[in-house]
Amino acid sequence: MLPDEVKEQIIEIVGEQDFQDSYTNKLVYSYDATPQFQAMPDAIVAPHNTEQIAQIVKVCNRFKIPIVPRGSGTNLSAGTTPLEGGVVLLFKHMDKILEIDEENLTITTQPGVITQEIINQVEERGLFYPPDPGSLNISQIGGNINENSGGLRGLKYGVTRDYVLGLEAVLPNGEILHTGGKLAKDVAGYDLTRLLVGSEGTLGIITEATLKLLPLPPAKKTALTLFEDIHMAAKAVSDIIAHKIIPATLEFLDQPTIKVVEEFSKVGLPTHAKAVLLIEQDGDSHKVEQDIKSISTICKQNEAFEVHVAQTKEEAEALTTARRAALSALSRLKPTTILEDATVPRSEIANMVKAINNIAEKYELDICTFGHAGDGNLHPTFLTDVRNKEEIERVEKAFEEIFITAVELGGTITGEHGVGAMKSPYLHLKLGEAGINTMKQLKLALDPNQIMNPGKMFAKSNRKKVVIKHEYA
Amino acid sequence: MNTHEKARIQEEFQQRMDYDELLNCMRCGFCLPSCPTYLETGKDEAHSPRGRIALMKGVVDGNIEPDEEVKKSLDMCLGCRACEPVCPSGVNYGHLLEEARDIIYQNQKTPFFQKIIRKIAFKGLFPKPKRLRRLTSLLRFYQKSKLQKIVRTLKLTKILPSTYRLMEKVLPVVPKMKEAEKRQKVLEPFSKKKKRVAFFTGCLMDSMFLSTNQSTIKLLQYAGCEVVIPDNQICCGALHGHSGEKEQAKEMAKKNIEAFENLNVDYIITNAGGCGAFLNDYHHLLKDEEEWTERATSFDQKIKDISSLLVELNFHKQSLKLPYQIVTYQDSCHLKNGQQTFMEPRQLLDSVQGTDYVEMKDASRCCGSAGIYNLVQTEMSMKILDYKMKQTRATHANVIVTANPGCLLQMKMGIEKEGLADKMRAVHIVDYLVEAYEYSKNERVS
Repeated sequence: MLPDEVKEQIIEIVGEQDFQDSYTNKLVYSYDATPQFQAMPDAIVAPHNTEQIAQIVKVCNRFKIPIVPRGSGTNLSAGTTPLEGGVVLLFKHMDKILEIDEENLTITTQPGVITQEIINQVEERGLFYPPDPGSLNISQIGGNINENSGGLRGLKYGVTRDYVLGLEAVLPNGEILHTGGKLAKDVAGYDLTRLLVGSEGTLGIITEATLKLLPLPPAKKTALTLFEDIHMAAKAVSDIIAHKIIPATLEFLDQPTIKVVEEFSKVGLPTHAKAVLLIEQDGDSHKVEQDIKSISTICKQNEAFEVHVAQTKEEAEALTTARRAALSALSRLKPTTILEDATVPRSEIANMVKAINNIAEKYELDICTFGHAGDGNLHPTFLTDVRNKEEIERVEKAFEEIFITAVELGGTITGEHGVGAMKSPYLHLKLGEAGINTMKQLKLALDPNQIMNPGKMFAKSNRKKVVIKHEYA
Repeated sequence: MNTHEKARIQEEFQQRMDYDELLNCMRCGFCLPSCPTYLETGKDEAHSPRGRIALMKGVVDGNIEPDEEVKKSLDMCLGCRACEPVCPSGVNYGHLLEEARDIIYQNQKTPFFQKIIRKIAFKGLFPKPKRLRRLTSLLRFYQKSKLQKIVRTLKLTKILPSTYRLMEKVLPVVPKMKEAEKRQKVLEPFSKKKKRVAFFTGCLMDSMFLSTNQSTIKLLQYAGCEVVIPDNQICCGALHGHSGEKEQAKEMAKKNIEAFENLNVDYIITNAGGCGAFLNDYHHLLKDEEEWTERATSFDQKIKDISSLLVELNFHKQSLKLPYQIVTYQDSCHLKNGQQTFMEPRQLLDSVQGTDYVEMKDASRCCGSAGIYNLVQTEMSMKILDYKMKQTRATHANVIVTANPGCLLQMKMGIEKEGLADKMRAVHIVDYLVEAYEYSKNERVS
């Protein structure tokens, strides 16, 4: 429960209607898309503008009340689970696109806009916003920025970070910060924009963003290539890139994943293949044709037994949409699906796939692997049941081993989902002591009372996952 | 709700809710953009499928009490099941909702007046075709005598809440109920016999919408079907199932299974999306009664919507024609989400010569009728209807075609509400097709 004084002050700022603290409301904001994590907040607040947010933050900072900014709650690292209670901040009223600037090729938006809406709006004008995380139909752009979301087009176009030019953010002391702008070049001081992107709500609250746009590529082709051997598929990935072709999308799905995705989407995926690569290239039409042809040849050289190029735009879209549903579709097989996003240099993909399967075998676990093979970002997904405590322990051990392997291969523990609470115990593997210390110092300098999304990023000795207080009893 | 009721509800949640199904929701949020109440409440998670499932699980886990607000969240759900086809995990949300509502309604004391109304409607009226027809005859008397005119002239309907007032305006002119009573039990096809089908007449469809039922029979005959109409059939029980009266629904299901057994038909045809989806789910409804499961399953497998049958019989390749008009289609949620039938009605409409078919934006989003939802959750229902009418207007349609009586009335109310009555009409797909078939036939004759 919030102290009465805090509650009164927040209501004064946002009005009664946008302050909720019933059990029902607290419960429905106690989770995100991460399995095994749930915790009740003390209140849910939906401010209307930056000024209101600044005032709310000042109140919370004075009373040391945690604040958790939350978009649509689709993240996979427990980043928006209010582990230490406090105020969950919603952006449902801050959901306007403020400007599309066709001269400077930028879009300025509030954080609550759905990612797909941004894509629709700019594509109507012949422009292109490339980051396309799996949940783009649901996710809010503010969440994408805070998590530095990736997506299927990361290989060629990079991730959210590469498109954020400027931000407005409320700092933990209530000050309003402006960084960057509609600028291609800007070296005035530290790059605070990049610091905030991917900061998972631990440094401040992003209230407005200016994003970079590209011209929309005129042509696009999608191909599906089928392999008998999972390692040959992985090798084809490295080969394509070694031939100096950078496809927009280069997705990998193993057989168990193909089977469930097909069952859900019925788009005609080949369930007899041991692995498939979903490849998309965009650009001018001549180059696209040429690239797809070369890619087909390279895949065949790597023992692909079939190469299928989508004939229509609808067919191509059906294939990528089906791929986006992979994770959720996997949960048809077992009650709980836990996935990770360990990432390696793309040249190590074949080794990583091999290592993942060995680890799964060692711990006797069911695993499905899919992911953005082109950028070395795989999603090994364990199929399990939260009620089976013993198996869950094995899953955790297996993941730890996967993380260690990834780092050994020159990779990282998380490519695009973020550290959140889920991966904080492993962050040291990637950063070492110096890395963690530097980040902690930054955090404390900006947020000395540690009110911003506490319990994330930095590991605590005792990890609490499910914290639900039986307040009503 | 008092403490005792809450405890009982919680206990029954723990006993009866399908925990595997609750866990099957992995909270990915893919359902959110499909949920009309989530969108209309300005993205309130408590009014989303993911939120409702979390609440059900919260009650089972003992993390939250089943209080008024939990009930409100479940009551606010339209039950349109738009979240099901978009759910990659394949959660059977409709089943969860039905069970949860049944537990709450069976264990909560309802106010005396409400209880009486529910009892009359659910037990005394819908399962009794004759009584329902008698009541509808009263409506006919009201419409045909001068009473309606007097009431309207004196603006007596003003005492009614606005939705009921609209409803009074748009109720169809009821034909004589004798038509249903003198109907033959087996009707021959008008052309070469292609199929032998049974017709599920429904309750409202066979009283208030009797003329649409008569058109359905005619259409089946045109399409080459021998039509069997067993007279011991009753209401499908969907309204009961969706409103927390599951036991009553089960009894009705059994009567219908008996009525349609041993008829030696290819299909059992329905013309109401809501009924069809409930009928083809009888095996789930009766899953705990072993002696019924097999019988229910073979019943379920025969259920088919008329539009799906017509396409199978290539009716859309026959000559269908109408004077120029723009036509659009409003999906029946349970026809689309419960029976995966959404291409067939469009195929049929598209084949009517002389007309333009224009697809409306979000045609598959619920219209807000949802059984008796528009009467009990009027405010939300009207918000949803306003959105629907905005999309309808944008198509410039002269005709909105629907495939379920509830949707039909709701769209009629929408037209009335928007003051579009002089340029737009709402019609059941069956009536529209009979119109097109007969227009084309007459044209050829002359």
